[in-house]
Amino acid sequence: MPHVNDLWEIRKASTTLNRKGNHMLKKKGLLVGAAVAVLSLVATTFTATTATAAGCEEYSKWKGTGTVKIFAGIRDPEASVMEKMFAEFTKCTGIKIAYEGTDQFETLLPVRVKGGNAPDLAIIPQPGLVATMVATGKAVPITAATRANLSKYYNPAWASFTTINGRIYGAPFGASSKSLVWYSPAQFKKLNISIPDTWKDLDAAAAKFKAAGANPWCAGIESGAATGWPATDWIEQMVLREHGPKKYNQWWQGKLKFSSPEILGAMNKVSAWLGTSSQVGDLKSVATRKFQDAGVPGLKAGTCGMLQQASFYSSMFPAGTTFGPSGDADAFYLPPTNTKFGKPIMGGGEFPVAFSKKKEVGFVQDYLSSPVYGIERAKEGGWTSANSGIPLSSYSDPVLKVVAAQLQNKSGAIVFDASDLMPTAVNGAFWKEMTKYYAEGKSMKDVAASIDANW
Amino acid sequence: MDPGIFLDNHPHAKFFISKGADAMTWSGLLETSLPKFGQIGAVLAIFFGFYALAFAAGSRIQGKRQNGWALALFLVPGISLAMIGLGIPAFQTFIESFKSADSSQWVGFSNYTKAAQDPDLRLAFFNTMSWVIIGPIIVTSLGLALATMLNKMKREALAKSLIFMPMAISFVGGSLIWKLMYQYQEPGAPQTGLIGQIMQSLGIPLQHLLLWSPWNNLFLIAVYVWASVGFAMVILSAAIKNIPQDIEEAASLDGASGLRLFRTVTVPMVKTTIIVVLTTSMVGTLKLFDVVRTMTGGNFKTDVLSNRMFDEHFVYFNNGRGSTLAMFIFFGVLPIIIYNIRSLRAERQH
Repeated sequence: MPHVNDLWEIRKASTTLNRKGNHMLKKKGLLVGAAVAVLSLVATTFTATTATAAGCEEYSKWKGTGTVKIFAGIRDPEASVMEKMFAEFTKCTGIKIAYEGTDQFETLLPVRVKGGNAPDLAIIPQPGLVATMVATGKAVPITAATRANLSKYYNPAWASFTTINGRIYGAPFGASSKSLVWYSPAQFKKLNISIPDTWKDLDAAAAKFKAAGANPWCAGIESGAATGWPATDWIEQMVLREHGPKKYNQWWQGKLKFSSPEILGAMNKVSAWLGTSSQVGDLKSVATRKFQDAGVPGLKAGTCGMLQQASFYSSMFPAGTTFGPSGDADAFYLPPTNTKFGKPIMGGGEFPVAFSKKKEVGFVQDYLSSPVYGIERAKEGGWTSANSGIPLSSYSDPVLKVVAAQLQNKSGAIVFDASDLMPTAVNGAFWKEMTKYYAEGKSMKDVAASIDANW
Repeated sequence: MDPGIFLDNHPHAKFFISKGADAMTWSGLLETSLPKFGQIGAVLAIFFGFYALAFAAGSRIQGKRQNGWALALFLVPGISLAMIGLGIPAFQTFIESFKSADSSQWVGFSNYTKAAQDPDLRLAFFNTMSWVIIGPIIVTSLGLALATMLNKMKREALAKSLIFMPMAISFVGGSLIWKLMYQYQEPGAPQTGLIGQIMQSLGIPLQHLLLWSPWNNLFLIAVYVWASVGFAMVILSAAIKNIPQDIEEAASLDGASGLRLFRTVTVPMVKTTIIVVLTTSMVGTLKLFDVVRTMTGGNFKTDVLSNRMFDEHFVYFNNGRGSTLAMFIFFGVLPIIIYNIRSLRAERQH
């Protein structure tokens, strides 16, 4: 079991830290958070090491019998990796986990909960659905141990997503970020561009691409019946950066209209950023270009410079593409436009919500929000978490490392995809109207008014 | 964003970068499909079992009401299945068109009045009307012209097979092919779409064909015509071949030829077939969905009623508005069907 050995390595490193001080840690490239996490594990294992099986030290605070039923929308290949983790948990704690995944999760969960057939834990990716479940009266707030994990390892924004009437119902499990810019390291090197830290740097990088005869930005919003959604993400990034999380939340709640000066202002900023032909080329072509093809092969070929798209875009690159600052493709954090709101992130996360007061269910919830799960899971690849107890070195993929570093940041604002939180009719109008901006030259003002008509 | 039904756009697709291979194996496939074969077998057994029983019972019925009983025995299962599959859902749709988005409250006629006021919906109405008028007329007249011209021509079968061939492709498949044909690249760049290449070679200014409103509706209708004209041609050709030889001979002896023969003999003789082809094609275009869905998704001012109905129902989850649009389509189809049945009846009485 190599991963257990890795844990031992970290533990050795942290004991060395006690003796030699902080510089040793920096040398090893580990985060302080990781050391703290591991130290706390060392502390807890002290009392129980003799009784537990080999490799189970970090699981010793959880012991029980019976089966915990987990229900979620997570399916293969992710589900198999998850079940591999659960097998380790069962081996060490005696608590069995029965996992059930379906692509109909959002429809089936309310049916099951209302029908008295709730799972012990449901992993819910939408804060709105968490609220709906809490309203049924069947959901149980998280235990003190999970609450401790939440305050120790996570940005406080995460707790706010599942706080209802002062009680917290879930700590995030997996998390992702959409505030990324994809680029080709080779093209950046050729044009002597370093990774932009501010919006001004970003504009300077764009100017260099323009001077070289390329479109500064890659863009494509075609996505079948959902055509237009990438453009809604751009508006969301801008609203968050210009007006901060408070206004952002008022916006998706319907309290701030699209035609309000704030939102319309942000929309006009997007039209200057990614909505003019001098930035992205022919606008009609943006409307008909598949979002999957937006940056491939444009980034590598140098016909367009940068692409604003979520972390999942890495799977659009051809097989054999290497990622990282010295690879074929890489991503950096989309910088803020001002200094007022720190480094805000638009992302997503999933929350295991309990429907049972059994102590084993609480243990599993505690386990899922702790670095014990996160460190092991991160090593398997293809997954990121907002848990700052997971050392960045656990992520082998350089892009995921960038994403995890963003998500671990405890001070910046974190928000969910606003259009996903709006009523479906408004969400649909949002994509359709943004498509009209690109395809038909409809003005942002008219776009905003037409979307508002759907509330 | 996120309608949930589009995989590439699903929240979980965004959370996890899938790197593992799909764990589908032959034995796994067999394991999941075996019970399905069992279920198919069971359904077939029930079906044949039922009719065996019905025939056995029907032949034993004696006496005055023999016919009535036998009719009932065979009609009741058919009618009840039609009710379950068509009648009851149609009634439910009608009821839901007077209810709110989640069908929890009565809203009277507000779905209908809102539909009439929505500018996007008005455009969808207008587009559907153009589909219903332009599509069937082109399909029928082109089909008739081809059938007449190819009649008794050398290699008639080969020519007809070639024209009929697109019929073997689904609308979705055909639409994907034509989407590539219409594809636009910047002027000067190598064109990936055939039409664009032809335009570039001839020096015609390039156009985003699928975005060029209102002509883009015609380009979509062209795909429908391409895929359906073969069918119209085959049906009309069969009717033309059924015209008795002596009528044509008599007409030509009287001096009729060419266009006159076509107008005064061929067309009146195949009139019923023309009406059938025209009306089925009208019904087809009225509920046409696949071409628009696949090629533009209803964007670029090409939306039609059925696509909008799908969006309202399954993307925005607004049962009320979706059902209202379904009722519009239903009432649009109704007169066409009635006319179709009437003209068929009139034909039979002759």
